[in-house]
Amino acid sequence: MIGFYTLFYKEIIRFIKVSFQTILAPVLLAILYLIIFGSVLQNNVQIYTGISYNSFLIPGLVMMSILQNAFSNPSSSLIQSKITGSIIFIILSPLSKTQIFFGYTLAGAFRGLVVGLGVLVTTVIFVKIHLYSILWILIFAVLSSWILSIMGLIAGIIVEKFDQLAAFQNFLIMPATMLAGVFYSINNMPYYAKIIAHFNPFFYMVDGFRYGFLGVGDINIYISLLVSTITLAILSIICIHLLKRFYKTS
Amino acid sequence: MTLFELFYCLLYNIKLYHIYAYIKDVKNKLNNKNNAITINKVSKSYNNFNALNDISFNVEQGEFFALLGPNGAGKTTLISALAGLHKINKGKISIMGFDTNTNLAQIKRNLGLVPQELVFDPFFTVRESLLLQSGYYGIKNNHKWIDEIIDSLNLSDKANTNMRKLSGGMKRRAMVASSLVHKPPVIVLDEPTAGVDVELRQNLWRFISKLNKDGHTILLTTHYLEEAQSLCNKVALLNKGNLVALDKTADLLNKFAGIQLKIRSYILPVELNRILIRQEGQYYLLRLEKYSEIGNIINVFNNSNINIDEMEILQADLQDVFLQLTQQNN
Repeated sequence: MIGFYTLFYKEIIRFIKVSFQTILAPVLLAILYLIIFGSVLQNNVQIYTGISYNSFLIPGLVMMSILQNAFSNPSSSLIQSKITGSIIFIILSPLSKTQIFFGYTLAGAFRGLVVGLGVLVTTVIFVKIHLYSILWILIFAVLSSWILSIMGLIAGIIVEKFDQLAAFQNFLIMPATMLAGVFYSINNMPYYAKIIAHFNPFFYMVDGFRYGFLGVGDINIYISLLVSTITLAILSIICIHLLKRFYKTS
Repeated sequence: MTLFELFYCLLYNIKLYHIYAYIKDVKNKLNNKNNAITINKVSKSYNNFNALNDISFNVEQGEFFALLGPNGAGKTTLISALAGLHKINKGKISIMGFDTNTNLAQIKRNLGLVPQELVFDPFFTVRESLLLQSGYYGIKNNHKWIDEIIDSLNLSDKANTNMRKLSGGMKRRAMVASSLVHKPPVIVLDEPTAGVDVELRQNLWRFISKLNKDGHTILLTTHYLEEAQSLCNKVALLNKGNLVALDKTADLLNKFAGIQLKIRSYILPVELNRILIRQEGQYYLLRLEKYSEIGNIINVFNNSNINIDEMEILQADLQDVFLQLTQQNN
């Protein structure tokens, strides 16, 4: 337990030490999105009846920040340790695969939640938001941040260079996030795009989270919960299996 | 097979595996009760390159052991295999009786490794790094021992400095400190003094020698052969993945180098070529077995009408042994 706690603590301290980059910058980015998209589309787009576009947008922006930052934390920490060689301190220690898994992924999820909370608190200064169910909000925030943190750990294990990680982020995480209905409802998308969105697990996370705020969504909340839980389970198994690479470098 | 049977079978197998590993470790401990490290017929190859060929030797508990060899001899590969970082193709390695194949967690608890490369986490200070490292080993409240290590390695005034801001020598000492947080009985140092200035090097050796006196087993690789000669009581020499020498340091020096005579002359009599170790310009280094041979050598020079311009008796060192053995092997 001490081993897990130490790794968890270390990963949290690591991002807090560079909080300008890891917390404040993503919050600022989300505010810029809100100002630009919100001011341009607020009076032109209405997704759900009785709900302003900004109220629709904010849960999407919060979720986008959660997803991207939860992914970034373990992936950047691991790739940095690999490149500087400091990963040896983890490999040489008797930390178990489970301790490494929970240490990295829970710390990553925590960063996602901290940034998400930061975005939410800052944006409510500008826009009045709906709060339908705090429980659903919390469930999807925790599930989604954990899922992306596991994906970040998987990426960190697989990649060997920063540009490979950037490719992972730019060609997988970013498109999957953007196409998950952060800025729009998938019902406004062409038929084929709508079909494809149903194969994107990020869509269920965003929609479930937004349901917690608005009480409406593009898909049944329980389906979103089921898909997200299954995604979490599958990724956890893959990640723990891949963690063997930590122990045998050749 | 029902799900229950499958579950039971799985549990049963896991249990059996643990019992098997435990019995194996107990057996190992009984067989090698005085050995800190046992390396038995170890081979390792990468893409048709044999990094280690059938290596076998033991390091007894409390020994200060030098593992020497030129670059690419296989020292780091062997050390990595000891720490369980590389999987060996053949053979067996155990540390304090624990097998690297069956009980890696115990190996890690019993081993403190200082890697060759300068590695550090740029986010933390020296003290933070050591506290984190203690935590990875499941040790809480390790402040007292960390203070002792920091003090012994003369890191006190840098304890709260970020690792990034330390000089190369300081970083090296912080890495040594890091390998000691869990008080391992076996300490492996892979080129620990590379890039470290003389004063720091002496401090480091004082501390490592103290640890050795306290009962820790030390395995050292170094390119500073005089360090190995003065510190280590036993030496293994690797070359191209083969073990070419294994002996007590003093015996190795007597066996391979003996007494040396350095003579300056414009030419060496042909009769003396058989005892020539090497020539450096007009200096000839000759190997003697007894001091009484000096008279004969002078006679050979006189009989050949060749003048001796300068003569010096040298005590052989590990460098000569190293050169002889690696050249023979090449």
